[in-house]
Amino acid sequence: MSKFVFLIPLLPFVGFLINGLGRNFLSRMLVNIIGCGVLIASFVISILVFREVSAPGFTASAIDYFNFIKAGGLDIKASFLVDQLSALFLLVITGIGSLIHVYSTAYMKEETAPHYARYFAYLNLFVFSMLLLVLGSNFVVMFIGWEGVGLCSYLLIGYWFGNASYNNAAKKAFVMNRIGDLGFLLAIFWMLSQFGSIAYADVFTKASTAPVAVLTGITILLFVGAMGKSAQIPLYTWLPDAMAGPTPVSALIHAATMVTAGIYMIARSNVMFSLAPISQHLIAIIGISTALLAATIALKQNDIKKVLAYSTVSQLGLMFLALGVGAYTAGVFHVMTHAFFKALLFLGAGSVIHAMHHEQDIKKMGGLGKKLPITHITFLIGCLAIAGIPPFAGFFSKDEILIAALGKSPILYALGIMTSVMTAFYMFRLYFLTFSGTFRGSEEQAHHVHESPLAMTFPLMVLALLSVVGGWVGIPALFVKDAHLLAAYLSPVLTSQTAEGHHLSHSTEWTLMGILLAFILLAILFSKKLFGKQFKGENTTEGVPGFLANKWYVDEIYDAIIVRPINGLAAFFSKIIENKIIDGLVNGVGKGVQFSARQMRLLQSGQVGSYILIMMVSIILFFIFQLFWKL
Amino acid sequence: MQVMPINYYIFLSVALFTIGIVGVLTRRNAIIIFMCIELMLNAVNVLLVAFSKMHHVAAFALDSSTTAGTEAQLFVFFIMVVAAAEVTVGLAIIVMLYRNIHAVDINFLNRLKH
Amino acid sequence: MHINEILFWFLTALALFSAMMVVFSKNPVHSVLWLIMVFISITGHYIIMNAQFLAIVNMIVYAGAIMVLFLFVIMFMNLNAESEPQKSKWMKFAAVLSGGSLMLILIAALKDNVGFISSVHGEGSIGLIKNLGKVLFTEYVVPFEISSILFLSAMVGAVVLGKKEPSNTVS
Repeated sequence: MSKFVFLIPLLPFVGFLINGLGRNFLSRMLVNIIGCGVLIASFVISILVFREVSAPGFTASAIDYFNFIKAGGLDIKASFLVDQLSALFLLVITGIGSLIHVYSTAYMKEETAPHYARYFAYLNLFVFSMLLLVLGSNFVVMFIGWEGVGLCSYLLIGYWFGNASYNNAAKKAFVMNRIGDLGFLLAIFWMLSQFGSIAYADVFTKASTAPVAVLTGITILLFVGAMGKSAQIPLYTWLPDAMAGPTPVSALIHAATMVTAGIYMIARSNVMFSLAPISQHLIAIIGISTALLAATIALKQNDIKKVLAYSTVSQLGLMFLALGVGAYTAGVFHVMTHAFFKALLFLGAGSVIHAMHHEQDIKKMGGLGKKLPITHITFLIGCLAIAGIPPFAGFFSKDEILIAALGKSPILYALGIMTSVMTAFYMFRLYFLTFSGTFRGSEEQAHHVHESPLAMTFPLMVLALLSVVGGWVGIPALFVKDAHLLAAYLSPVLTSQTAEGHHLSHSTEWTLMGILLAFILLAILFSKKLFGKQFKGENTTEGVPGFLANKWYVDEIYDAIIVRPINGLAAFFSKIIENKIIDGLVNGVGKGVQFSARQMRLLQSGQVGSYILIMMVSIILFFIFQLFWKL
Repeated sequence: MQVMPINYYIFLSVALFTIGIVGVLTRRNAIIIFMCIELMLNAVNVLLVAFSKMHHVAAFALDSSTTAGTEAQLFVFFIMVVAAAEVTVGLAIIVMLYRNIHAVDINFLNRLKH
Repeated sequence: MHINEILFWFLTALALFSAMMVVFSKNPVHSVLWLIMVFISITGHYIIMNAQFLAIVNMIVYAGAIMVLFLFVIMFMNLNAESEPQKSKWMKFAAVLSGGSLMLILIAALKDNVGFISSVHGEGSIGLIKNLGKVLFTEYVVPFEISSILFLSAMVGAVVLGKKEPSNTVS
């Protein structure tokens, strides 16, 4: 099957070309068939590849296609690596991608013809880039995909380019990603100079020979790249703004796939990270801080997509915590389950927004449960999954992360529990405000609220099913011995450092799990009490709540300490350097030429005699030079 | 046969040429200037013929049937041809000039600027 | 002293003196006449060097045709000594200075480089009309014909320039 691997990214690319070039004359039906068809075909091939990879006795090997860069000793090949990790990501990307494409056909119905095709072209291009990212067998191919998804993210956030603030959001996302990408790029160069190659196989086998300081430097730079792409402190502020894009885009790019690229990258280079404990500590600290910060902000947001966005940032933080404590399997596991339930929640939110005619403020919703039954049930499943209620998917992955964190440090564990409890609270706040109580919108909206078409509800149902059963591939040893299928599956790729986590006695684990569950249930009940019946408004202006509602004023701080000084500097350059010095130089040269020309013109007296005299003198001088200086 | 150093002809030629230059520089009458240019041309001609002869005599000592030096004399002939043509056009221009500004003074030529 | 040597010195002195007089005589007509003297003495030099063809051409074309043309133009314009304004003293001084220094430089340059004694007067018949004519009409026939075209165009040019323009006369 591996000889067809190249088709997996190629098909979306072909779809992008057809839809992008034919956007003016392809019919809507044709765009749907091409846009969704290529992805479903990729998905089918991915399943076949996955079957092959998961068969016993499979050994991963890079498939070379052509030389990308070959100069001297440098040899970078365009080649793909299909192993357990990339096959898993292939499934997630193409699977969820297909569902979201199908969903989009209904969600984007109101768009006019060329824009509709443009949307699908971008979406296909995104999937192509993402597949390139996970399939590459060296860091350069990964970087190409990495940049590609950044570009598509920019294009799709600014999809409605008529709106200036959306464009600003797109720019913000792009610039912040760029900062991270610089780190990634530097890491690539460093690896190149240290190991002489950037193919995974070479780098990882040589990693143990490199000094720890170098490895620490490389891994921190890689992590800077991951910070940008996966929205970690301090580069996370673009993700909430990225909600300006269409909701399916938020589901696909900014929840399920692109933002997990950083986790994929670190999991992929786990060999290096395991050798650099300082980087790991940094990752764990940044991860848990991001998780906590975003969770607190999410408590007070009123935009349905903003809540989900901060929740995504928070969950990504948890994933980085897992990577930081060495539980790579748990991190990847959470990527997978999070992809399921967060895509579900975003698509559910999209369904609500669709029904409410693009109203996103949850203060104006309420009581939608009866009118949108399918959305209601699936959204509830999503909330339960993210809150970590057994037996939903989120429970297993989150529990694994927390246990691994406990293995490293009780503080990380405690903070992780705080995050989980807050997650449960704000998700159910969102759920109750949206679906229960009474409707708070206008009469007209109430009249028009309707369940979404099948093209939208079908992906919801599939994702809801996955959110229920998705976690069962990673049942901890606590329940059933040797039932952690995912860990067994990924073991050839990911080194396991979590062995010490299992030293805890089973009774301790049971206790901890029970306490955690109790806290989460309490949080849910508390939020039901607050928001379940009647919404009385919240304090969002003063004190701690106001502080949280304003997102810790991080945007304002960035504005003050980075944006303003740079603007000031730019103004200085444009006013002083540009106007005075550079223009002065240019004008000065012009003036100098004019002035000297005015002086030189005096020589052109029109007196033939003086001309001849000058000629004579010059001839004499030439002779003198020729004779006596022997030039 | 008498031996005559080539230097004498060089100095004669340089002297004539310099007198021509001094004439060009000191006089304002365009016709005189023109005549001085003719003088300089002739100085060059004399030199060319002298070198031709020198060359020929040197070659003749080795081979009595040589024609070395012929080219220089023909060159002088062509210089005279061109000079004659030049004089024709030059004088026509001077006549034209005189008709326009009623003088052959080159200091008035700066009117061409305007 | 050989007769050639006597002739050389005499013709040289005549040429230089006549050239001086060309430059310094006030009357343009005198200048023309002195120039004819220069040409005659140069013709004499040609004869000493046995360049008979050039001697004849120089005499006929330069001293004859060209100088007559000059004389004709000067008389046609009715120029005399008083009509020519003099240049300033400084200009004359600068001119003589630069001319003199040019001569010095040239002599300084040539004195060392061509300091050998070489026979100029002597055997040889290349300057005879017969020999030069043979070469001219065999090897150099194309340039010769081209020079006739040059003459033709010069003639046409002179006629065009000399034609009175009906409107563009500045009074």
